[in-house]
Amino acid sequence: MFAPAPFLLKDASVTKVMTQVCLALVPGIAAYAWLVTPAILIQLVIASLAALLAEAFMLRLQGKPQAIFLTDGSAIVTAWLIALAFPPLAPWWLVVTGTVFAIVVAKQLYGGLGQNPFNPAMIAFAICIVAFPALMSQWPNAGLQVTLVDQIKVIFGLAPRVDALSGATPLDAMKTALKLAEGSSSVGQLLANTEIYGSFAGRGWEWIAAGYLLGGLWMWQRNLITWHVPTAFIGAMLVLSGGLWLYNPAEFANPLFHLFSGGAMLGAFFIATDPVSGCTTPRGKLIFGAGAGLLAYIIRVFGGYPDGVAFAVLLMNLCAPLIDLLTQPPIFGMKDKA
Amino acid sequence: MLMNLFKFKGGVKPPTNKTQSLGKPIAQAPIPSRLVVPLHQSIGGTPRPVVQAGDRVLKGQLIGEADGWISAAVHAPTSGTVLEVAMHVQPHPSGLDALCVVIEPDGKDEWIPRQPLDYKSLAPEQVRERLQQAGVVGLGGAVFPTHGKLTASKTVPMEEMVVNGAECEPFITCDDLLMRERAEEVVRGIGIFRDLLQPKKILIGIEDNKPEAAEAMRAAVKAVGETFEVVQVPTLYPAGGAKQLIRVLTGKEVPAAKRSTDLGVQCFNVATAYTAWRAIAHGEPVVSRLVTVTGNVAEPRNYEVLIGTPMDELLKLAQPKPDTDGIVMGGPMMGFLVPASSVPVVKATNCLIAHSDKLFPPKAPEMPCIRCGACAQACPHELQPFEMYWFSRAKNFGKTQEYNIFDCIECGCCSFVCPSRIPLVQYFRFAKSEIWAREREKNASEQAKARFEFKQLREEREKADKAEKLAKAAAAQAAKKAAEAAAEGSAQVAVETTAAPVAEAAPVDAAKEAKRATIEAAMARAKAQREAVQPKNTEHLAPDQQKAADEIEARRVAAHLIDAEPAAAPAPASEKPE
Repeated sequence: MFAPAPFLLKDASVTKVMTQVCLALVPGIAAYAWLVTPAILIQLVIASLAALLAEAFMLRLQGKPQAIFLTDGSAIVTAWLIALAFPPLAPWWLVVTGTVFAIVVAKQLYGGLGQNPFNPAMIAFAICIVAFPALMSQWPNAGLQVTLVDQIKVIFGLAPRVDALSGATPLDAMKTALKLAEGSSSVGQLLANTEIYGSFAGRGWEWIAAGYLLGGLWMWQRNLITWHVPTAFIGAMLVLSGGLWLYNPAEFANPLFHLFSGGAMLGAFFIATDPVSGCTTPRGKLIFGAGAGLLAYIIRVFGGYPDGVAFAVLLMNLCAPLIDLLTQPPIFGMKDKA
Repeated sequence: MLMNLFKFKGGVKPPTNKTQSLGKPIAQAPIPSRLVVPLHQSIGGTPRPVVQAGDRVLKGQLIGEADGWISAAVHAPTSGTVLEVAMHVQPHPSGLDALCVVIEPDGKDEWIPRQPLDYKSLAPEQVRERLQQAGVVGLGGAVFPTHGKLTASKTVPMEEMVVNGAECEPFITCDDLLMRERAEEVVRGIGIFRDLLQPKKILIGIEDNKPEAAEAMRAAVKAVGETFEVVQVPTLYPAGGAKQLIRVLTGKEVPAAKRSTDLGVQCFNVATAYTAWRAIAHGEPVVSRLVTVTGNVAEPRNYEVLIGTPMDELLKLAQPKPDTDGIVMGGPMMGFLVPASSVPVVKATNCLIAHSDKLFPPKAPEMPCIRCGACAQACPHELQPFEMYWFSRAKNFGKTQEYNIFDCIECGCCSFVCPSRIPLVQYFRFAKSEIWAREREKNASEQAKARFEFKQLREEREKADKAEKLAKAAAAQAAKKAAEAAAEGSAQVAVETTAAPVAEAAPVDAAKEAKRATIEAAMARAKAQREAVQPKNTEHLAPDQQKAADEIEARRVAAHLIDAEPAAAPAPASEKPE
């Protein structure tokens, strides 16, 4: 028999949604590969393969149709976010561990697509940074003086990890320097270090963040996300970082630095906007985004981790159901104008 | 006149597919070989058949009498012979049968004597009755009896009357052509409604993809000399939903729990106004309607079709293509596949779409909801469809009601946009019908319980009454006996009892002793029964309870609240009818 009304359907599918999310990541990835290291492309492939294999294995265990769920694109989006969140020269097994954990535990054990209460990619990041803090903190600077072949060797454990490769994120470098120097160093002096910092944030990284911003705006224009979460995320981070910067510009970096460093832009447009684990009501999205933005800043500046986006998003994931429940919008004909 | 339009949130823009059926003027569909006229063609009571097999009927003759106020009469669509009054499958998603009058047309199409009315000389009540008798119902698809909507609220002044010519569903063009070709009669019909409701303003809403219809209506309004405003509203599905159109034209939002009259606004379809005018000014009951025949056909067109025409016969006129595999009644957004192609055209049939897999490709498999919120953005009632879906699926129907499932108008916007291809509306229909079924079950069990309790109460009361009567009879007997003893001569004693088998009459002298024994036995029985019906909840009390009860009793006696004698059994409290 035929399916019921409506007989006309919009040309939309989960695969299409996920494909567009991946497309939106392309400008950021391009800047990443161009300005920092093309090794990121290797990591994207490793993560994608690991995600698909883990997904296929779990689907098989549950007797779910593999063809449909493997092509829905959701595993690829998770894999890409993991690859982009991990250090680009992280050993392959670290990326695989994170990805498999994300797909198997954070996604499939909760019921698969659409059922996960937490963002799988951020679970992967959180698990790995807790389990392997050293490996997860080694970020190369832009303009790496190592050939791509050597980088690939490092990823696959065929060459030793030399010091030239390891560093800290611009965010971490600044935090450490400010804390160790105890007043003798200021934000201005640190930012003058052109080896690490570019025009207003991490050298090279600021353009990657700008790429994510561009992709995010495109997603908004395509109606894949609404403005609420990114605006609230960026707005909250802007207000908090701006306030502290005005209070003491020597001790606190300016808002632009924070917005274009670490995972801020990726988080605002690609991670906090995850519909499955985030809020769904307009007001809920504003609260969710603002909460994630504030927590990310607090953790990265005052907490023990170089960047706070993953933990901030996971903490807000926890609150999402309650926020949704409390922010149900009034429906047609039931708006109390009084 | 420049008018400020309002917007409703949500809505979708499916491809309209209207041009196909707009090429030719309305055609008269021929009289079919057989007419199957369902009696239940409006919301409300099912009309009672007033003809039987073998009767000859004329076109417009009453065949089904309205059953109650919310019900509308049904008429013979043409002259001919009644073949049977029997159950036939209906153009309804349920595929259930309903009582139909089957007529074999004689081809003469002979009318009953038609009596045009000057409605202005009639009392409003008579006009409404006339509309009911002519079977005028909402032809937008809801088939609510029109007369039932033509009474203004007593408390809220009627501000606006909205006339719905929006026709937002893709494919359907019957209202468009009606307005183009018969605008004047539509306008005159609106005039009838206006005179009955006395609104301050009349707004005719037409989607801006029908400029010809709007122009024709404007010209007709001018020609008739009315002050109705023809307003072109943005083309956005479901702008033709009554609540959406009311919102767009007046800014008022009618919630599910309220009627639009409570907000001082009422809405009618243009085709309804047309049939009302035909009924009043020409004495023609509703025996036909305009139907768009389109979809997978070679010659899409609008037809004036007799009610009861089998759909396959009508579809043939438009030359369906060979791969046609079903008929959709209504539009592609809210319509449904009819259970059999032979089902009749009814008053709710505005469009037939020949279905084929090429026209409406089979849906991709249903994926899990990713909570993307596209449905909530598209919902014109600003609901959260994905939440309602979640709880419908989990059969947590209480929660679906918390998320206002009964405000859902089943427009299909959410299903239309869902990237996971979830048939959301189906889930909501399922939840609604489950809630209704449970409500009915609950009511039925409550009624059964009330019946049972009432029966128990009645039996107890009867027992008590009987005991009381027996006691009275025994007392009377005793008194009589005393009197007899004094008189020492009477021959007969009449004993009045209803149930106790007491001797009716006997020679006193001979049977005196036997009778006394009988009486004493009856008295003893009565006493035992009287004791039996007295309150028993004070028996077997613990010593302290007994003490407390005694104290209360003493206080009551002291306060003269009661006599020393216990009160009689209480009267039944429940007055529930069986």
